[in-house]
Amino acid sequence: MHYLSNIIFAILLIAGIGFFTKNVKKIIRNIKLGRAVDRFDNSSLRLKNMINIALGQSKMVRRPIAGFLHIIVYVGFIIINIEVLEIIIDGLFGTHRIFSSLGSFYGFLIGSFEILAFLVFISVVVFWIRRMILRIPRFWNKEMIGFPKNDALYILYFEMVLMTLFLVMNATDTHFQHINSGNIISQFIAPLFNGLDADALHLIERGAWWIHIAGILVFLNYLYYSKHLHILLAFPNTYYANLNAKGKFNNLQSVTDEVKMMLDPSVDPYAAPVESDTAETDVPEKFGAEDIFDLNWVQLMNAYTCTECGRCTSVCPANITGKELSPRAIMMKTRDRIEEVGKNIDKNGEFVTDENNLFTSITNEELWACTSCNACVEECPINIDPLSIIIDMRRFLVMEKSAAPQELNAMMTNIENNGAPWQYNQLDRLNWKDEK
Amino acid sequence: MNVPTMAEMMAQGKQPEVLFWVGCAGSFDDRAKKITKAFVKILNKAEVDFAVLGAEESCTGDPAKRAGNEFLFQMQAMTNIEVMNAYEIKKIVTACPHCFNTLKNEYPELGGQYEVMHHTEFLKSLLDQGRITIEGGLYKGKRITFHDPCYLGRANEVYEAPRELIRKLEVELIEMKRCKSNGLCCGAGGAQMFKESESGNKDINVERTEDAVEVKPDIIATGCPFCNTMMTDGIKSKEKEGAIEVLDIVELIVNAQDL
Repeated sequence: MHYLSNIIFAILLIAGIGFFTKNVKKIIRNIKLGRAVDRFDNSSLRLKNMINIALGQSKMVRRPIAGFLHIIVYVGFIIINIEVLEIIIDGLFGTHRIFSSLGSFYGFLIGSFEILAFLVFISVVVFWIRRMILRIPRFWNKEMIGFPKNDALYILYFEMVLMTLFLVMNATDTHFQHINSGNIISQFIAPLFNGLDADALHLIERGAWWIHIAGILVFLNYLYYSKHLHILLAFPNTYYANLNAKGKFNNLQSVTDEVKMMLDPSVDPYAAPVESDTAETDVPEKFGAEDIFDLNWVQLMNAYTCTECGRCTSVCPANITGKELSPRAIMMKTRDRIEEVGKNIDKNGEFVTDENNLFTSITNEELWACTSCNACVEECPINIDPLSIIIDMRRFLVMEKSAAPQELNAMMTNIENNGAPWQYNQLDRLNWKDEK
Repeated sequence: MNVPTMAEMMAQGKQPEVLFWVGCAGSFDDRAKKITKAFVKILNKAEVDFAVLGAEESCTGDPAKRAGNEFLFQMQAMTNIEVMNAYEIKKIVTACPHCFNTLKNEYPELGGQYEVMHHTEFLKSLLDQGRITIEGGLYKGKRITFHDPCYLGRANEVYEAPRELIRKLEVELIEMKRCKSNGLCCGAGGAQMFKESESGNKDINVERTEDAVEVKPDIIATGCPFCNTMMTDGIKSKEKEGAIEVLDIVELIVNAQDL
């Protein structure tokens, strides 16, 4: 009986971490459904970006209030997790506050955790107010109904509860309060429990301790289903982000090969195709993106990393002026489709063609509203690139479906025939020189 | 106005210092042609050894690429590259940020490796070398705001060259609330110039023009023929034609010194 709680704790821990690991593997599998893209160069710059942008939160503070509050929550999250280490050791070995042997340093540590927990609590409350009372518009766009809206709130409630439990746990730990070192915040909570006997206090303390660690494990497993995945994926996402000038769109190699052939007079168009080594290359590559398989793995990782903060949408000129397009919705719909494909694979062992693809949820109207201005890319605090998905989908519409808007077809015909988007003769290009 | 073509240069066995890529707007659009001519006036005044491709120039393919037509883009790119490589072009200057971006970033992988400059960067370099001078003149003390073209600013992080030129005009350079990396698009990019916009509750150029009107400028300075069109239209829709002018930076420089 003596070891029962240790065993229960171990089972809880293994189950929590095990289930999470299983889902992480699923995410990695799904991300790998994307096409290859070389983002393995220039590792020093990539590392620097990751440290500045993900670890250092440098792009968060473009919006000072949200940025500042986010940094508190983020630092709190990381630092307070040191306490989780103690909880795990205590839980597994039946010890109580194993690190307290560190003496006054322990008091300093726990004191810092308490201050942070308090600040995190306040910040999270402010976040909630910004969402629900101030109703900051980017939290109320039309893609933010149902789960996406609730997801954000669940996370806030989770954090409020976890921080409260941590402080209550300390407040009701009579021994800890008696030492009176590190109870900077909890000493003010302790009086709330005055009048309770030692057993009741112990029960509350144990209760808070167990619910706290169980809550953390539940939260860990919630990540997979939530926008909160960014706490992990922000790191690889900023590492593997595009390093080129934002104006540079990739040149499709498949197109280059064809165009070179078309322009090369020595190519025999009736020549037998060259035998290829792999069966894979027998199927001509699709131009542009119809489904998630046509996006590259970084774009898929982008979708999983998106925190749905809506900064992109709030700076999108199309969205600001009431158009359908929302860069955030592009990321959310992409993730939903990846998840759908993932579940398909879970069920069938491999992907079985279904009726859906990216165009099931992303409309042409959204895609054609983009001005390719890069505001969304610039704004994203963790370097997500919605524009690249929009362009890849446009490419599919134009090159595979010939489904460009009529005026754009006219523009392209002009370029093809006259070398200009308007109907002017190429030979007249220098007429301006002699015009008055 | 002295505007030699590459073909003429080659016939004389000369290689110019820089190719002026005029672009489709600069060649054909009535408003943009004025910008082209203003830029040439400065090049002539500074005795810059330049040439244009003239009838051998063709669309860079930018609008086709942004619209998703990678085929047409690469056809255009490879044809242009063939022409420019035959002339052994090393350096290009253009007054269009879309041409600038495409030539600079998207041509190299297709075999076109050139040093590409936006006209504001080029003029800044002439200024630094002492080859041109810019003085206040006509615009001294005026309030001027600069609208960052997306393909110059965010796309290529050129924010300072145009501003330094404007400051040289001894004017009051005022910034809109959305400027530099936070600048709002004029609404023309991504091939939007060539189509009706999707339904919404406002035109993007009107939204942007309101940003500008808010800071009460005498002049909105631009560095892109398409931004120029969009902002000019925006000013018209706000019925501010009498109060606010939309001018390219090269036009400001030319007018200031009455070139």
